[in-house]
Amino acid sequence: MARVCFVPGSGTLAAYLSGEIDHHAAQTLRNEIDAQVDDRLPELLTLDFSGVTFMDSSGVGLILGRGRHIRALGGRLTVQNPPAAIRRMLDLARIAYA
Amino acid sequence: MKMLNQVKITFASRSVNEGFARAALAAFLVQLDPTVPQLADLKTAVSEAVTNCIVHAYPSCIGAITLTAALYEGGIVRITVTDRGVGIPDVQQAMQPLYTTGDPEERAGLGFAVMQNFMDKVRVSSTPGRGTRVTMTKKLDARARPST
Repeated sequence: MARVCFVPGSGTLAAYLSGEIDHHAAQTLRNEIDAQVDDRLPELLTLDFSGVTFMDSSGVGLILGRGRHIRALGGRLTVQNPPAAIRRMLDLARIAYA
Repeated sequence: MKMLNQVKITFASRSVNEGFARAALAAFLVQLDPTVPQLADLKTAVSEAVTNCIVHAYPSCIGAITLTAALYEGGIVRITVTDRGVGIPDVQQAMQPLYTTGDPEERAGLGFAVMQNFMDKVRVSSTPGRGTRVTMTKKLDARARPST
């Protein structure tokens, strides 16, 4: 079970992800994040993974898809705070994070 | 190589069962007392294999997925994920990183690459129209041994 909580700022939107991100969860997370992005049109979307306990390559697809989505709207995406187990997956996919 | 224990589970190719497959595997592996990273590797590999079945093997219907996990002497874990779906015409091509026949906007095409990275050995056999079998093996270190 995965969840996402949003913290909007001035031109920014932070999405705090938690739980297990797999293909099943990614479908819901994608819709929730895209709806917030489409509504707020942030310049910077931050995906925070500090609360994520499991992620397979569906999470990589989620990140890449959100990157494409926000770039098409003129914004950019950053990824932050991945736990060690998630960093391995991000490194494999060559996704940069803070 | 002597088998010490085995479990076989068949479930429907519904995406909600991805979490079930991971949890079932984790419950079976408790007897090995794996480390957190070892367990994470095995769960990730199974999640990838099961997701492949749901997304690719049964793209327009619900079919059966069979997960078999076996423990062997020496801390060796062998996991087999089998479906009776559409099959893979070119296994070598399908195993190339970034290759996907799924939605290119949302699929990373990393499933087999992750399985190969997180497990010691991955073998894929497939017959178009009949299904696919993915067999993955990993040797766990000395801490992880069956308690009997």
